[in-house]
Amino acid sequence: MAEFFQFLVSGLTVGAVYALVALGFTLIYNASDVVNFAQGEFVMLGGMVTVFAHAAGVPLPLAAILAIVVAVIVGISLYWLAIAPARGASAVSLIIITIGASIFLRGVAQVVFDKQFHKLPSFSGDTPVQMMGAAVQPQSFWVIGGAATVVLLLYLFLERTLVGKAVLATSANRLAAKLVGINTATIMALSFGGSAAIGGIAGVLVTPITLTSYDVGTLLALKGFAAAMLGGMGNPFGALAGGLLLGLLEAFGAGLSQLHLQGRVRLHRHPRRAVRGAAGPVRRRAVERV
Amino acid sequence: MVRGKRLVLEISNLRSAYGRIEVLRGISLQVRPNEIVALVGSNGAGKTTLLRALSGVQPAKGEISFLGERIDRLPPHRRVARGLVQSPEGRQIFGSLSVEDNLRLGGYLRKDKAISEDRDRIYDMFPVLKERRQALAGGLSGGQQQMLAIGRALMGKPKLLLLDEPSLGLSPLLVDQIIAAIADLRTKDIAVLLVEQNAVAALGIADRGYVMESGLIVHDGSAAALLADDRVKSAYLGIA
Ligand SMILES: Nc1ncnc2c1ncn2[C@@H]1O[C@H](COP(=O)(O)OP(=O)(O)OP(=O)(O)O)[C@@H](O)[C@H]1O
Ligand SMILES: [Mg+2]
Repeated sequence: MAEFFQFLVSGLTVGAVYALVALGFTLIYNASDVVNFAQGEFVMLGGMVTVFAHAAGVPLPLAAILAIVVAVIVGISLYWLAIAPARGASAVSLIIITIGASIFLRGVAQVVFDKQFHKLPSFSGDTPVQMMGAAVQPQSFWVIGGAATVVLLLYLFLERTLVGKAVLATSANRLAAKLVGINTATIMALSFGGSAAIGGIAGVLVTPITLTSYDVGTLLALKGFAAAMLGGMGNPFGALAGGLLLGLLEAFGAGLSQLHLQGRVRLHRHPRRAVRGAAGPVRRRAVERV
Repeated sequence: MVRGKRLVLEISNLRSAYGRIEVLRGISLQVRPNEIVALVGSNGAGKTTLLRALSGVQPAKGEISFLGERIDRLPPHRRVARGLVQSPEGRQIFGSLSVEDNLRLGGYLRKDKAISEDRDRIYDMFPVLKERRQALAGGLSGGQQQMLAIGRALMGKPKLLLLDEPSLGLSPLLVDQIIAAIADLRTKDIAVLLVEQNAVAALGIADRGYVMESGLIVHDGSAAALLADDRVKSAYLGIA
């Protein structure tokens, strides 16, 4: 029982991060049909900028906000500098552009920061909380609670504000969105910015647990993508469920087999699944949507 | 401008192509204030392409003046902001949003407070939309979706409303209802450019009409004259 709960919490913690990355994929995909493989770099920026700003003496909360702002600026620039000029290009070309952007951002991060692993202090200390016989890291609550808050805020934005509805309208029918006067380019830029913010927040929250470095984004993007596919690309609730499920599978899989190979096992299996998926459900979905 | 009353819409020599195939081959036409102008022509004549070019969602060359100002370089949303609004072919409603949200988004660019009054007016015009206002628009019947598409366009406070086949696929009773609603727009200071397969019905409420064929205007004149013209009758109106 205690072990079960331990796996559950660690699965939900990792899953919450995957869910946020998957949500980032979904938001951009719905608004612009772009599958953004630079999604993981937003998470990396969230962690790395916080680490370096904090090391330079900026208080942690400010450093975190700064990191999220940097991620948002990078996200919006990615849209205006790389995606918008390629308007009308095929889905595959756009994917290649985002992969290029991802490599570019990693390269820049390697130069601006370094190639080491970095840790952030946990937000509420490192004394484990005893729950149901398991020892839970306080940072896990930050990750899970933070992810839940992000999801709630995104939901409220989309359902309760006119601009949020314009995002949904652009996702539902881009031609009609233009015809009612929605500037769809701005909405797409906004979705890149929002997606980057979500990734950046995930990076800030998880770095105290998983460490970060210039290249953590690659694996996260693959897992977030796998989660988004699992939930049906374009479906936000599916993305959340897919992320949590993937996290739980990893935690229980690694835990039960007593093999602590989480990263390595997944690394071998996901890229192939990801590629196969890209040719299937993504395209079909794109056609299906009304 | 001319006779003190400026034209609502003036197009001259408008051209547009899909790839290398030219679909609009130099279209010129005008719409005057409060006028209903019918644009008829057989399938593939280029009517939809013309309306898309007017809204800025289809690349085109040539001059488009709206209320005396050139708009052919403006992006679609700036044209809507000036009062050039379209209810497109195939309805194109936001299927995953509610009826109410669809109408609200029709007034996306409006800052005035009269939005909810205008929405109620749409509900008066099409009461069935009011009954189903919380329903997802994608679940409406074809006729209801068409009403929603027109209602959504009216929420944008058009000075010129572009309607692309508003009666397509509707029962005769609904066609009459929609056509009557369009005729009624004249009293609301809205000019209309109406594309219809149902040319008799369209010319029946129009002031003037243009007949389009293979990307060119081949006839034009008062609606009554077009309805009486033997060539037009046999070729486009299905009246021998
Ligand atoms: N997306 C497109 N790509 C290539 N050709 C197109 C496209 N859309 C329309 N066409 C062609 O352009 C021509 C004009 O089409 P358009 O839809 O403007 O005609 P229409 O007058 O609206 O016809 P209908 O009465 O059937 O609606 C047709 O020959 C059509 O095949
Ligand atoms: Mg047409």
